[in-house]
Amino acid sequence: MFNAITITAVPVLDQDEALDFYVGSLGFEVTNDVDMGFMRWLTVALPSDPERHLLLEVPGPPALSEEVGSQVRDLLTKGALGLACVLTTDDCRKTFEKLSGKGVEFTQEPTEQPYGIDCALRDPFGNQIRVTQPPQGPVEITEADKARWRAGAETSS
Amino acid sequence: MSATEDANRRLLRARDAIDRHFAGPMDVPALARVALMSPAHFIREFKATFGEPPHRYLQRRRIERAMALLRDSTWSITEIGLAVGFASPGTFSRTFKAVVGQSPSTYRGCSRPLPAPDCIVRAWTRPAAHAAVTAGSSTFGAAAAPTGP
Repeated sequence: MFNAITITAVPVLDQDEALDFYVGSLGFEVTNDVDMGFMRWLTVALPSDPERHLLLEVPGPPALSEEVGSQVRDLLTKGALGLACVLTTDDCRKTFEKLSGKGVEFTQEPTEQPYGIDCALRDPFGNQIRVTQPPQGPVEITEADKARWRAGAETSS
Repeated sequence: MSATEDANRRLLRARDAIDRHFAGPMDVPALARVALMSPAHFIREFKATFGEPPHRYLQRRRIERAMALLRDSTWSITEIGLAVGFASPGTFSRTFKAVVGQSPSTYRGCSRPLPAPDCIVRAWTRPAAHAAVTAGSSTFGAAAAPTGP
């Protein structure tokens, strides 16, 4: 029925500041920057994944009332809107070092996980972004893992 | 960015610092500096913004990590309490029971590792804010030595 996820909206408070961060710091490229009158349609994508865009959108009129837009901005800056996206990398630790040098605000240092190595950062507005280095090769799920997870699900239900 | 949004963002930066450095000694003045506020103002604004004072948030963070270690590791309960930042085993056990409703050993006996990414487990297994307690808990005041976050 569907073919792909092509655009994901990410709320930001200032689109120029968002460009500085997503393009200047994270390495995205601008894919659309259109003044539509009622809004600025601004999307970015990674050079290695040009068909998947982030729509950097300011919550507010006319899509939202001033009151509701204010509520969304309030939640955004409290970090309450959750995960904006997960970015993958070939080298999580190197990415962490490079972006830390650019002043990017990390909330978690690179950590070994069963699914690879990951860390987390915030954009200037409060969105959380996770950075994951997947493990090389397939992740092997053993029968012991399945039994452990079933036991966990039964215990937590 | 409005003044409120700017204050939110600075307070979030301080809350992130608690999340990163929960296991070490923490003090309010250092966190208040992260938020660019005076300590008293920081405590008031943190509570107004996130619904609980910073020491309660720290306590829930420590208990959540202790719960994860009880589920996933073979460390002793004493080792876990110290590893997540409690000053003594007694303080850890009292606080854990008050927050979770079970002793650490009882919790460990009926828990298993959870099949979800760590960040999801962290967010969704943290004890509810209303479960946090003050009496007998490890607070910023219990920290061994003040350091920056």
